[in-house]
Amino acid sequence: MKKTINIKLNGTDHSVEVEPRKLLVHLIREDLSMTGTHIGCDTTSCGACTVLIDGRSAKSCTILAIQADGKEITTVEGLATAGGLHPLQEGFKENHGLQCGFCTPGMMIRAVELLGKNPNPTESEIRWGISGNLCRCTGYNNIVKAIQYASAKMRGAELPSTEPEFV
Amino acid sequence: MIPEQFGYSAPTSLQEAFSLLQELGEDAKILAGGHSLIPMMKLRLATPFHLIDINKIPGLAYIREEGNTLKIGALTREVDLEESTLIHDKYPIFIDASKLIADPQVRNFGTLGGNIAHGDAANDHPAVMIALRAVVEISGAGGSRTVAIDDFFHGFYMTAIEQGEILTEIRISRPQSKFGSAYHKVERKVGDYATAGVAIALGMDDKGICTYAGIGLTNVNATPMRAERSEAALIGTNLNAEAINLAARHASEDCQPSSDLRGDEEYKRHQ
Ligand SMILES: Cc1cc2nc3c(=O)[nH]c(=O)nc-3n(C[C@H](O)[C@H](O)[C@H](O)COP(=O)(O)OP(=O)(O)OC[C@H]3O[C@@H](n4cnc5c(N)ncnc54)[C@H](O)[C@@H]3O)c2cc1C
Ligand code: FES
Ligand code: FES
Repeated sequence: MKKTINIKLNGTDHSVEVEPRKLLVHLIREDLSMTGTHIGCDTTSCGACTVLIDGRSAKSCTILAIQADGKEITTVEGLATAGGLHPLQEGFKENHGLQCGFCTPGMMIRAVELLGKNPNPTESEIRWGISGNLCRCTGYNNIVKAIQYASAKMRGAELPSTEPEFV
Repeated sequence: MIPEQFGYSAPTSLQEAFSLLQELGEDAKILAGGHSLIPMMKLRLATPFHLIDINKIPGLAYIREEGNTLKIGALTREVDLEESTLIHDKYPIFIDASKLIADPQVRNFGTLGGNIAHGDAANDHPAVMIALRAVVEISGAGGSRTVAIDDFFHGFYMTAIEQGEILTEIRISRPQSKFGSAYHKVERKVGDYATAGVAIALGMDDKGICTYAGIGLTNVNATPMRAERSEAALIGTNLNAEAINLAARHASEDCQPSSDLRGDEEYKRHQ
């Protein structure tokens, strides 16, 4: 039996009919056509499907759409503003933090919550913080640098060098 | 992967949840953090007819101390345990265990109540509960009852929670003595379930003599297991190397690990 739910996705209100078994990631990608959020493993392991639900990072392949009723969802499409790229997007761009880009939306969304709770994380805190997000390409070093860059930018600190590291 | 069809209700009070549980009977399941249940439903290892989502019921998530008793609401998330100063200062064993559970996204949703109610010996909190000799509050339409943790785990995915009931609170009484606790697990990679794990809580008197020992083992038995002979080997000693070695030997003799993808039996006993 379908039920109507109300969600706010990247600032826009939506009222949608869903079957209880519909996964949040499918609602976002298929019904609401925001395809920045990816499906990698579909088994709660890779983090490609990470979105923010009321500010909490969540693997949207493991949340029912109906559980998001009344909540605010942010996906990668919600990061940039009219003023330009989000500091994390800029960090990934400047530091070669992506190669194929499949993991990137989930990585950046996860890093939003990480930096919100811990604005100046150590390298090891960053690595722990993204331990639920897998990347098959970069070897993670440039992702860590990208997050360090965003952290500095968001704190108004001096930006670290963006010499990319190839591994 | 999409779960099979099911109905869904999100009651806003415990009373409403109890009536739904009664009305719907056996095939209804409680949805807490959903991070054990939804993966199983996607794989169709679980096919509940109806989900009763308890996340909209207020007052089920809290961490507080009343006198000497720590009370944790069943719907408290792993992340809230990790970030609680009370837990940090007095019950670091929860931090040890929580930070080894999966990853930050999973910990944002998984609940302490769900981790225990799932009744899976591979989960980490059951061993912690055993080490701390927790008491679990289970509530139903007729009121609440308490069950000691040693009487809670009945078998694989089976617990003392009866049809129509909800696990509502976890209680831990802190021994008066000097008290310490820790959790350690061996895992194949960060975020994996334990190959084997051990939770230890110890209390000592002023003379350094062990007066309290609680030892719970993860994933080396069909149910989460208390290492009784190991506890006995520590009590009354000053925790010297000899006592600790004896306790470790008892633990490895008494467990019943099964061989699986995470390692064979011999390997697990050795841990
Ligand atoms: C990738 C991944 C890795 C994981 N790794 C680990 C790990 O290393 N260690 C570990 O311990 N766990 C691990 N988990 C499991 C995770 O911690 C789960 O969140 C937890 O086991 C269940 O909690 P939940 O709140 O999500 O419960 P749910 O999935 O909502 O429920 C689990 C079961 O308990 C029942 N239930 C839940 N709450 C109640 C209640 N209050 N009263 C009565 N019944 C209830 C449900 O009906 C269901 O049968 C992992 C999960 C994932 C997805
Ligand atoms: S697709 Fe959700 S964690 Fe991989
Ligand atoms: S950039 Fe390819 S998976 Fe991370």
